[in-house]
Amino acid sequence: MNIRVDGVPVEAKPGQTVAGVLLGLGRTSWRTTRGQGRPRGVFCGIGVCFDCLVVVNGIPDVRACQRVVADGDEIRAQHGAELPS
Amino acid sequence: MRAAMRADVVVVGAGVVGAACAEALSAAGLRVTVLDRGGPASGTTSAGEGNVLVSDKEPGPELELAKASRHRWPELLAELREELGAELAEAEWEPKGGLVVATTEAGIAPLSAFAAAQRSAGVLAEEIGPAAAAELEPHLTSAVTAAVYYPEDAQLQPVLATTALLAAVRARGGTVHSGLSALGVSTDARGAVTGVRTSRGVLPCGAVLNACGPWAGEFAAAAGAPITILPRRGQVLVTAPLPESVRHKVYDADYVGAVGSGDADLRTSTVVESTRAGTVLIGSSRQRAGFDETVHVDVLAELARKAVALFPILADVGVMRAYGGFRPYAPDHLPVLGADPRLPGLWHATGHEGAGIGLAAATGRLVADLFLGRESFMDATPFRVGRPAVLGKVPA
Repeated sequence: MNIRVDGVPVEAKPGQTVAGVLLGLGRTSWRTTRGQGRPRGVFCGIGVCFDCLVVVNGIPDVRACQRVVADGDEIRAQHGAELPS
Repeated sequence: MRAAMRADVVVVGAGVVGAACAEALSAAGLRVTVLDRGGPASGTTSAGEGNVLVSDKEPGPELELAKASRHRWPELLAELREELGAELAEAEWEPKGGLVVATTEAGIAPLSAFAAAQRSAGVLAEEIGPAAAAELEPHLTSAVTAAVYYPEDAQLQPVLATTALLAAVRARGGTVHSGLSALGVSTDARGAVTGVRTSRGVLPCGAVLNACGPWAGEFAAAAGAPITILPRRGQVLVTAPLPESVRHKVYDADYVGAVGSGDADLRTSTVVESTRAGTVLIGSSRQRAGFDETVHVDVLAELARKAVALFPILADVGVMRAYGGFRPYAPDHLPVLGADPRLPGLWHATGHEGAGIGLAAATGRLVADLFLGRESFMDATPFRVGRPAVLGKVPA
């Protein structure tokens, strides 16, 4: 499958989560906090903590650890609180 | 439990109502002990939205209590700040204002009539029309047909407010016990309260105040003086934190009808507001289902659908969690405040339904007025314990 991460084409395997793909790329952070702009990535990894939020196809606040990638996904880092675009 | 000094009053229930009463009683110099079977603010208080509203009540005694409480809250929080310091007294008080909108032609006249009645009762209720509503709330649906702005509506963080009130009680020499269940009362030969029986022995006291919220009927029955207080379930959705997108407390005009409704059936009406953390709270539902804590996905779906109708931008916003709780109501939908006429030394402060946060500040003051025999700042007769709707038998 072909997806894009921050505009860069990336290959992904069916069944991988977005977090799996990002970690596989060596990324540990893909979001910044609202107040202080601090880096965040996977914390709990089981969908509870809402720390690994990422923007997928224009929708913010997607839990990277829960979202399974689909062919053609546009994934980008989230900066603080965002509204859907 | 170590033998405690005899309290003048034991408050059973460390929710916002119990805490506000304890604060007002301790401010008058009384020795107050507060106990809760859970932790402070762990029941109904933490299951709401922090509303301090005048916009949702029709003229009558509850609106008078709400007006007094809306006036009292900022004053009380300022006093607590003075006494405890800014950090302990922080309660995220936000006088943000409320906006009630109708989205149908049929909804225009009832909303206007309701606002007019409230104005005659001294509430600021400005009929501003759809264009001005869109200026106040840029993301609001364009389907708005009528809008009333309530500048007095406010919001606070209920858990913070409760812990601030309890901190004041402790600072004045009072005691707060968590994880201590009240099982009933002990009485003397004349039948007057001499103590509260707890899971760790008897706490001797001069009086006991039942502030158990939806469980107040249970405690009253255990004390031997049953009152009819029933639980009504409400559920709330929480979105992920958003950039500022909802500025006021915004609700559909049909909310008022749902609150006053006696229907057992599910009632939902849209209430949308943001918190200081950036999350948007989406309510509200009302359902009579006893103490059933099940989260009903169909109820949440209906809340979400109606919120999106009001704020289309929410359609693609993620929901982070949902929570629910029980709102205590009396059959006549009025709070129950004052001395129990059947059992000397037993007092009640409950029945605030979904308005307990807002009503707590004035409730504390009113209960303290009654307890001390001071001239009360408003007529407490409509809330008296001895009214027929309250003294009826507790339904099985």
